[in-house]
Amino acid sequence: MRNIWTVAKREYDNYFNSPLAYVVAFAILLPIGIYFSLIMFISSQQAMMGGPAPESTPMNWLFVFLMIFLSPALTMRLLSDEARMGTLELLLTAPIRDFELVAGKWLGSFLFVLSIASFTLVFPIAIDNFVTPGIDWKMTLSSYLGLILVCSSLLALGTGISAIFTNQFAAFFTTLGLFFFLWFMIALPAGYLPEGGDVLNYLSLSDHFSNSMNRGTINLGDIVYYISLTALGLFAGTTAVEIRRWR
Amino acid sequence: MIQVNGLTKDYGARRAINNLKFDAQQGEIVGFLGPNGAGKTTTMRILTGYMPPTDGEAIVAGYDVVEESLEVRKRVGYLPETVPLYTDMVVFDYLKFMGELRHIPNVDDRVDEVLDMVGLLDRSNGYIGNLSKGMRQRVGLAQALLHRPEVLILDEPTIGLDPGQVVEVRELIREIGKERTVLLSTHILNEAQNICDRVLIINKGRIVAEDTTENLQARLIGAERVIIRVRGESDDLAKTVKQVKGVQSVETKDDGAVEFEFSSGKDMRPEVAKQVIKAGYDLLEMRPLGMSLEEIFLELTGVDKKK
Repeated sequence: MRNIWTVAKREYDNYFNSPLAYVVAFAILLPIGIYFSLIMFISSQQAMMGGPAPESTPMNWLFVFLMIFLSPALTMRLLSDEARMGTLELLLTAPIRDFELVAGKWLGSFLFVLSIASFTLVFPIAIDNFVTPGIDWKMTLSSYLGLILVCSSLLALGTGISAIFTNQFAAFFTTLGLFFFLWFMIALPAGYLPEGGDVLNYLSLSDHFSNSMNRGTINLGDIVYYISLTALGLFAGTTAVEIRRWR
Repeated sequence: MIQVNGLTKDYGARRAINNLKFDAQQGEIVGFLGPNGAGKTTTMRILTGYMPPTDGEAIVAGYDVVEESLEVRKRVGYLPETVPLYTDMVVFDYLKFMGELRHIPNVDDRVDEVLDMVGLLDRSNGYIGNLSKGMRQRVGLAQALLHRPEVLILDEPTIGLDPGQVVEVRELIREIGKERTVLLSTHILNEAQNICDRVLIINKGRIVAEDTTENLQARLIGAERVIIRVRGESDDLAKTVKQVKGVQSVETKDDGAVEFEFSSGKDMRPEVAKQVIKAGYDLLEMRPLGMSLEEIFLELTGVDKKK
């Protein structure tokens, strides 16, 4: 555990030295900020003319949606760059398990994304203050739980893919392709299949968030899905590092 | 401290090292000599737990490198050939990170101590990317020394250093080698001669010779070879030398110098000198031509001397 934390801490600090990480943070926070002002604008009009109370959860959906495209940039170099620079040789000869290394890398990126996400907490708090009767906090928290789980699985899969490659751009595009597939495409044929469509729907990355946790329903199946994806990513990463040793 | 038996490693169809067998004791500096691609780095990578061998076993600091890899890695300090470092990190932070991975108590103090040892204390707050190659080499060395390892494995430790630093680093290695086991690879023969107690010569994945540097020289020479030079004409010098009993294979060089051999243990130099002077020559130089490690190396690795 201590080794995971050591690796994670270095990786987390490293993001603050990286222009790319700031670009990612900016590219997430700016659209969400704009979206926030839009919500405020619309709800101010609705306050005069009547209409449904504003919600903050669409902002979390936007966060997750942007993460599909941006999180590969955060994970692409985690292990591929270590392999390219040769520093992997030092980490693999240090007294640390391969899993601890991969998990530490993932945790570092996860904590960085959580830091970005913590900035967005300002928005529901602001909406709650400006609008009567306020927002549905139960739904907001459920939405944040979903956001955390989705980010965790995206980053774990990205870390795993980064361990396979030596070139960070190869890792980026592979990760992006996988997320695109899991988010948009895997459930597409579900409606046309005579049976088995449920399985495809279950595998869809977006379904468990958009139609479930982001609407205030927390069920075990969704949580298990995201935790399994996280475990799968970390397992794939560990295996890739072990294979590297044998080559 | 290091025991290697039957160590073999294949990369696909290519056999990088073949049935290696050697050992190294505590307080011994063992040099690993060989041409490029001989299998030095592969062997070191196996001993540091980076990759498993295809066959054979290696015990480092009392632990098996495959079965108890983590225990081995705790006790080994390793400087890889390429000296991989995080160029975007500050020297101190980098060493602290490596120290934390190794659970070193009071890591800040220890980092300062090691930086002082390698003479980089004044660069402690500089970025690694801004350091010269020699300084990076020393950061790598500092990293290998951080946890006071029982076994130190250094892949080409003095490459890229300037002559002054080479002397310093060799001094440092010699100091460390008094209490710990050091295995270092080099292709600078003079270096092996200078700091190693024992030399392993490896070629094409096999150990071709293993001995102290002195013994290696003695073993290969068998006879001692001496060159003499006189002032002025030396047409009959060879004849004069030949007349001395016990002298063999006399040979006149292009520049007039004469080389001869005698079997080791029976020094013929005083007698030859006497005869040369008696014949009326002014003797300017008489110098033993010990076979250098270079020559031994070339002979053992089967490379043509003339090239």
